[in-house]
Amino acid sequence: MTWRVADVVAVHEETPTARTLMLRIPGWQGALAGQHIDIRLTAPDGYQAARSYSLSSAAGAEFAAVSVELMPDGEVSPYLVRGVSAGDQLEVLGPLGGWFVWKPTQPEPIRLIGGGSGIAPLVSILRTHAEAGSTVPAHLLYSVRSPDFVYFRDELDALAAAANAKVTIQYTRHAPQGWTGTVGRLDGARVTSWAAETAPADGGAISTYICGPTRFVELAADTLVAAGADPMSVRTERFGGA
Amino acid sequence: MGIVTPGFFGKRREADPHLPPGQYETKDFPVLSAGPTPNIHPGEWSFSITNESGDVKRWSWDEFQALPIEDVDTDIHCVTRWSKFDTKWRGVSLDTLFAEVETDAPFTMAHSYGGYTTNVPLEDLLDGKAWVAFEFDGEPLDPEHGGPARLLVPHLYFWKSAKWVNGLTMHETDELGFWEVNGYHAYGDPWKEQRYYYDS
Ligand SMILES: Cc1cc2nc3c(=O)[nH]c(=O)nc-3n(C[C@H](O)[C@H](O)[C@H](O)COP(=O)(O)OP(=O)(O)OC[C@H]3O[C@@H](n4cnc5c(N)ncnc54)[C@H](O)[C@@H]3O)c2cc1C
Repeated sequence: MTWRVADVVAVHEETPTARTLMLRIPGWQGALAGQHIDIRLTAPDGYQAARSYSLSSAAGAEFAAVSVELMPDGEVSPYLVRGVSAGDQLEVLGPLGGWFVWKPTQPEPIRLIGGGSGIAPLVSILRTHAEAGSTVPAHLLYSVRSPDFVYFRDELDALAAAANAKVTIQYTRHAPQGWTGTVGRLDGARVTSWAAETAPADGGAISTYICGPTRFVELAADTLVAAGADPMSVRTERFGGA
Repeated sequence: MGIVTPGFFGKRREADPHLPPGQYETKDFPVLSAGPTPNIHPGEWSFSITNESGDVKRWSWDEFQALPIEDVDTDIHCVTRWSKFDTKWRGVSLDTLFAEVETDAPFTMAHSYGGYTTNVPLEDLLDGKAWVAFEFDGEPLDPEHGGPARLLVPHLYFWKSAKWVNGLTMHETDELGFWEVNGYHAYGDPWKEQRYYYDS
């Protein structure tokens, strides 16, 4: 596998600070839900910078999609969120990663916990789950600042309407008007109560996927393990940051 | 060299001879782990080397602390493309540990609390190239960075520096560990950019 030149076929503003790029990658044969690609940028003098981005597209999608949050002082994300237009080209490597993946053949229910842009690979899993017609229950807990910062808004509503997927949003600063749930940082107590609500009634196995900023992932994963989850059933992807 | 990305200039301009290809320098210490962070108390920690005949040499935390401790100042390189320069560690050299072990097997598998494994050839652990480290920057090693102790093999990509390490087993053949089965390179030389299984 080597670097390939991808065409940016479309860009979509997810939130005021995040954007989804749809990429046409020559020879692309899909990916596993949860995998990532590396994106490499090259300056006129040959200087290069590469970063990893999870795929938000479904496993079998024709175009690979990545959803990037702007890190104001960052080197690569400002270019991807503000600089790129449809018709531009980028170099990509992948798909990559063999552990933080979900396959429709997995028989156990799944739990997904995402913070901020950490929703990206989890939406890939939910899309793949829906497209495969999987009947295993899928629960998503999505922590996000306020309604304006929800990625994939319409699609999450549609996915939540499906019988075997359920979406819970935790607003950390502001909730939409008429919101009756809690507002505030996702803490251990909230994760524990959600985990109890989503636990299989028969006490059987469940797989959990947690993705987002490092601190967020640490908190959610530690809480689940303290509540009795088998650590090997909890897969994590830490995007970085403090 | 790849296609030029119009309008991209990048931030870190100077070519740094300490930086392997495809890496960038960070001052942070990002965390790469496949799952939750295990919480192991030093009192329950031990480290063992099991040779090819099944003989086990084991050190408790206290026995380990009584061994000669070395200061290590080194650059580290993560497969997720960050490098960190001049990191300061304290730990026990693998030369010290292997002085007490009888083995002719050329390969090792590092084992960790939580069940993770990674394979490293024995020669990459000897001659001052590797340590079991329990202090970072003058402090006990943080659990999310592998505390109470991790392997430190800084000349290979950092996933080889197994976090929460609790032992090595010796093998006649090179078998793949957890990370390598899941797509990372069997050896992992950052200077040859051996990131993924298909890199030569
Ligand atoms: C496997 C993997 C998948 C990833 N998938 C995605 C994705 O789908 N979408 C996405 O937006 N990002 C994703 N990331 C993060 C991404 O690779 C970059 O780290 C991020 O875009 C910042 O890069 P930069 O060059 O803009 O900033 P840099 O110049 O590298 O860093 C600038 C500053 O931002 C901080 N920083 C980096 N990441 C974060 C973060 N997540 N939260 C808070 N601070 C941070 C750094 O610590 C640094 O201080 C993923 C990372 C990994 C390892």
